[in-house]
Amino acid sequence: MTQTNHHVLQTKDLGIYYGNFKAVTDVNISIERNKITAIIGPSGCGKSTLLRAFNRMNELTPGTHIDGEILFEGENLYANDIDPVEVRYRIGMVFQKPNPFPKSIYENIAWGARIHGYKGNMDELVEFSLKQAALWDEVKDKLHQSGLSLSGGQQQRLCIARAIAVRPEVILMDEPASALDPIATLKIEELMQELKKDYTIVIVTHNMQQAARASDYTAMMMLTEDDKRSGTVIEFDKTNTIFTRPKDRRTEGYVTGRYG
Amino acid sequence: MLRKTFESEIQQVKDDVLVLGSMVEQALLDSVESLKKRDVKASQKIFADDQAINKKRFDIENTLMVLIATQQPMAHDLRLLASCMEIISELERMGDYAKGIANINIRMGEAPLLKPLIDVPRMAQKGVDMLHRALTAFVNEDVETAKSLPVEDDEVDALYNQVYRELMTFILQDPTTIERANWLLWVAHNLERFADRVTNICERTVFIATGEMAEIKSTDDEFWKQQKREQ
Repeated sequence: MTQTNHHVLQTKDLGIYYGNFKAVTDVNISIERNKITAIIGPSGCGKSTLLRAFNRMNELTPGTHIDGEILFEGENLYANDIDPVEVRYRIGMVFQKPNPFPKSIYENIAWGARIHGYKGNMDELVEFSLKQAALWDEVKDKLHQSGLSLSGGQQQRLCIARAIAVRPEVILMDEPASALDPIATLKIEELMQELKKDYTIVIVTHNMQQAARASDYTAMMMLTEDDKRSGTVIEFDKTNTIFTRPKDRRTEGYVTGRYG
Repeated sequence: MLRKTFESEIQQVKDDVLVLGSMVEQALLDSVESLKKRDVKASQKIFADDQAINKKRFDIENTLMVLIATQQPMAHDLRLLASCMEIISELERMGDYAKGIANINIRMGEAPLLKPLIDVPRMAQKGVDMLHRALTAFVNEDVETAKSLPVEDDEVDALYNQVYRELMTFILQDPTTIERANWLLWVAHNLERFADRVTNICERTVFIATGEMAEIKSTDDEFWKQQKREQ
């Protein structure tokens, strides 16, 4: 597969190690621009590990390294001259549990941008980010209250606003709705559809219905059947295909709930 | 195995589709038999039996809706349940053809048959035989049979062609036979359509098993072209 400007991220024979243990093996996928790509698969198959490799978050765990390549906009993401902090601004991440800073709603957004060297009008940036995260109407009258005073779903959207504030190109989401109720979950999914107009989204989810509803592409991960038990992408295709006529029997077994 | 309950519910749906299919098969054979015997009472019973076919179809449809809503089927399961929705609708329409034939027998009143029925029962027998094998292929997800069955529709088309020509001869010889010839032509037309719908069921079976959604080539177009050439 050749790198095209349709693809923001591309992995080539990617392997991810925790010390000597190879957690992820031979991943070759391309993440399309302005699309939502879901990574699904049973627990422990390396979904989050793969997601974290996309913004070098995995390096925060000692002993982690990769082989193969991840290309970001055609450039080797792990090259020596690439600053991982810079990478994490351009490729933002939203976690499973909403983790706003113990600061005001306003500061939650302004803080990261300020550190990142943002010199523009901060009020405008806060409003823009909250609007894009579909949270503005709910918080515009209480911007100086603590971010922790919001509901779980609102906190998660605040975290999305915070990620947006530094104008990333890609937003990685690690089970962003698994701690939320069904209504807040649907709000996040609706929001993702809006956000993909401006950003590329990669989401890890345990909820197959969520992958089916919300994503354009789906990567199915599973442990290899040899004794190495390493996670790999066994099928990568349009979401519609994965959920109606998958090619791999293991994907079939997983999406129909009979395997994994 | 995971999803044991769902598996058994799916099996129940398949069994119900077979039951509906056998109700339709019986209705068609009965409709032609009662026409052959000019037994109006028997035709009235077929009319009433059609209600049972319709009810069975709605019951299965309801079960399918509940399964889709509560079990969130995916991949093969989804293709199967969605296809069952389609197949029961085909079967219900096929039952309507039997009802249509019964209706003709009732409307013919005291008028005798224009001619003894020979090809018409053959068409019915062939159509029912095809349906039976198509439903067996559906249950077994037998792609090979599903793909080969539609060709047999040619035999039904050939019989229809024969009946058509024969009835045209009657009309040309004696225009007062127009109404009675027309009734029989409608009967044959119903039987021809019945066999056509078997092809639709076969297409669904291929889709369930392989995910491939494609029309299995029908020779119907050829039939109508030939009619046109002969006119």
